[in-house]
Amino acid sequence: MSGESDVPRDGLPGPAPEERPHPEGRRNKQGIRIDPAAEAEKQPRRAVISALVDHEPGVLSRVSGLVSRRQFNIESLTVGPTTVEGHARITMAVEEPDPGIDQIKKQLSKLIPVIAVGELDDDAISTEVALLKVGGEEPDKVHAVTEMYDGTTKDAGPETITVQLTGDTATIDDAVNAFRQFGIIEIARTGPTALAHGSKTTVPGERPAYMGEPTTTADAERERNGSIESDEETNANADRNTEVNTR
Amino acid sequence: MSESPTAAERKRAAEAETPEAGGSENTEEDGETRETSTVPETGAAAIVAALEAANVDTAFGVQGGAIMPVYDELYGSSVRHITMAHEQGAAHAADAYGIVAGEPGVCLATSGPGATNLVTGIADASMDSDAMLALTGQVPTEFVGNDAFQEVDTIGITTPITKHNYFAEDSKTVGDVVGEAFALANTGRPGPTLVDLPKDVSFGDADGEPAPPEPPARADPDPAADPSAVETAARAIERAERPVCLFGGGVIKGDASEEARTFARELGVPVVTTMPGIGSFPEGDPLCLEWAGMHGTGYANMAITHTDLLIGVGTRFDDRLTGGVETFAPEAEVVHVDIDPAEVSKNIYADYPLIGDAGTVLEQLRAEIQQPPDAEAWRDQCEQWTEEYPMTYRADEDEPLKPQFVVEAFDEATDDDTVVTAGVGQHQMWAAQFWTFTEPRTWLSSHGLGTMGYGVPGAIGARVALDDAGETDRDVVCFDGDGSFLMTMQELSVAVREHMDVTFVVLNNEYIGMVRQWQDAFFEGRHMASDYNWMPEFDTLAEAFGARGFRIDDYDEVSEVVEEALAYDGPSVVDAHVDPDENVYPMVPSGGANGLFALSEDQL
Repeated sequence: MSGESDVPRDGLPGPAPEERPHPEGRRNKQGIRIDPAAEAEKQPRRAVISALVDHEPGVLSRVSGLVSRRQFNIESLTVGPTTVEGHARITMAVEEPDPGIDQIKKQLSKLIPVIAVGELDDDAISTEVALLKVGGEEPDKVHAVTEMYDGTTKDAGPETITVQLTGDTATIDDAVNAFRQFGIIEIARTGPTALAHGSKTTVPGERPAYMGEPTTTADAERERNGSIESDEETNANADRNTEVNTR
Repeated sequence: MSESPTAAERKRAAEAETPEAGGSENTEEDGETRETSTVPETGAAAIVAALEAANVDTAFGVQGGAIMPVYDELYGSSVRHITMAHEQGAAHAADAYGIVAGEPGVCLATSGPGATNLVTGIADASMDSDAMLALTGQVPTEFVGNDAFQEVDTIGITTPITKHNYFAEDSKTVGDVVGEAFALANTGRPGPTLVDLPKDVSFGDADGEPAPPEPPARADPDPAADPSAVETAARAIERAERPVCLFGGGVIKGDASEEARTFARELGVPVVTTMPGIGSFPEGDPLCLEWAGMHGTGYANMAITHTDLLIGVGTRFDDRLTGGVETFAPEAEVVHVDIDPAEVSKNIYADYPLIGDAGTVLEQLRAEIQQPPDAEAWRDQCEQWTEEYPMTYRADEDEPLKPQFVVEAFDEATDDDTVVTAGVGQHQMWAAQFWTFTEPRTWLSSHGLGTMGYGVPGAIGARVALDDAGETDRDVVCFDGDGSFLMTMQELSVAVREHMDVTFVVLNNEYIGMVRQWQDAFFEGRHMASDYNWMPEFDTLAEAFGARGFRIDDYDEVSEVVEEALAYDGPSVVDAHVDPDENVYPMVPSGGANGLFALSEDQL
């Protein structure tokens, strides 16, 4: 390997870049092999991700920190306890291309306090809550718009009226637009929280559970066997998550 | 399992033969034994008991206020503590110890600055998937959040750079937590874990023996890949015409080198490694094209550019390997074997994802493949590339000494099982390019994070791991640059104090050489802050520390110094003054196409 006299003074011998054979193929920026004429990059789509987690201090910061430091933007995040003591459900809305959404799900699944991660279908039951504080000059009109959106008036005074709206994100967007005419003083929205439709499970392998019981079939298997077992049953129950979102 | 058992396995086997070495008795230096309390009475005692239960031989750290209760319990413990000069050194030493030993290295630091000084080493271990347990002191629970003296949010700071971290809340369970953190570090994809230990938790009452070290059940992945996915991948491998195996650090960390070697040889598939994968496949083997990426060999980069089927095992397709993803293996279907599902299709889309342990999945694949791919013409092509793009350099006697020559001289004078560590920079690349690695766990460097200064504490950790395993006859050689050495050379004091047999070789060009190379190529030769012509005399400095110092200026001094430095029983520093203008080639410009590697500056 050393001391050869036909080596150039600076650098190495060998054909220059332009003298080498070059492959025709290409990948896109997402690392996917492409037919240049046919396929470009995957476009962003909106996804609602549900994560069942251990309800312990710092879990929200771990989840949100993980997503943000990988440059994924969280549109909204809601979190609340489940029927199982010590467990909580985090519902997250993101807008990313498919590879990004896959990454978010896989990275979330790696966190130790995360029990299971699922993505909601389009037919999922999704709702959010908004509180709007508007000017109180036209109480009758405000009341009419509130009724139109099945909202409730929580507080009414001579200067402000506060209403509560619930519904899917699009409905709330519509309602907020309708209330603009009264002058929106303050607004607080939760972002969507969601469950899968019908008998489908929200996270893979999720099962009915109360206090102290395993929340997923994978957890139940582990408890029964004292070890890790096949995820087959879990995957059979999984709706859109055919691969690796449970541990 | 690899061809040769890991140091940890050999150690365990030795312990099994001499059962009296374990148990509740400690052998003191005077040869007498004493009974130690089997029931820890404090949190700190439980922490140390957990380390003992995990068979931890050695921990690296620096004493301090908030960690004092734990240190007090180390007094008389079977866990040997090596005081380092700086916590960063402790973290790197623990990291290197873990790689060589095959089980997590342990480091300790106090709260605040102690913990923040560990951060670089923890991040380094995280990027390279190195199993490591960090224990940090913390201010008493009642002061947490009050900006108390030497308080930082260690959990917050280290969350992004650990596999998982724990804030110890209860002295009764802290021993269990430490055991779990230790086990978790080496479960599935290895990585660093951390336990933050408030002083009151260490002082508080314990509740009996800590539980045996077990990882949380959720974190223990299935080693085997889905059989139907294996079948599909096997069919793709059978029909490939230009297959390449790409072995990454995961092959080494997963002790799968033997399976990897058998797989490639039985199928006759040329092998490229990543830089962390160096040693997974012997570089002298005719199938081995050495490593690909920014400064990888021309033939490896040609092979990876022209392959039609890339079998990536235990690699995360880092950008130093891939260059621009658009041009990376652009015609290849990708088989990706990894224990971590999140690495699959993260940077490079995997046509055939196989989630599982490297060794297990390679065996599954081998059993499923009925006939090797017909790749004779492709192997010939790869061989032709090795001839077209030789790794060589000029070594004219009347010219300044070439750094590559120094690397080769040490390689020739040492055995194959020598452990080599390196800092980060040009010297690191020359060490990786011109040392012929044949065994796993013999090449230790900072790959993902690129931490200058890894070499010296890394060599200390490696030396201790070898000594703990009874492999005192194996050599440890650290290649460092002048800039890199200056960053952590204070750890030389530790090597001297502990009488460690390590040879430190400074490839001294009085530059931050890699920066200077880039400034020459991309910044019109403006050497802003890269010119280090104020370097100390490292040989004299070594003597000041109590080590042996050597200096090399010319070719005719090399062989004698190499021999003397290696023969010296203790730490020695070889200050090798090399050609200041020498650059590292081949080079793929950042984000460029691997196949367009430059062989000289005018090709950049």
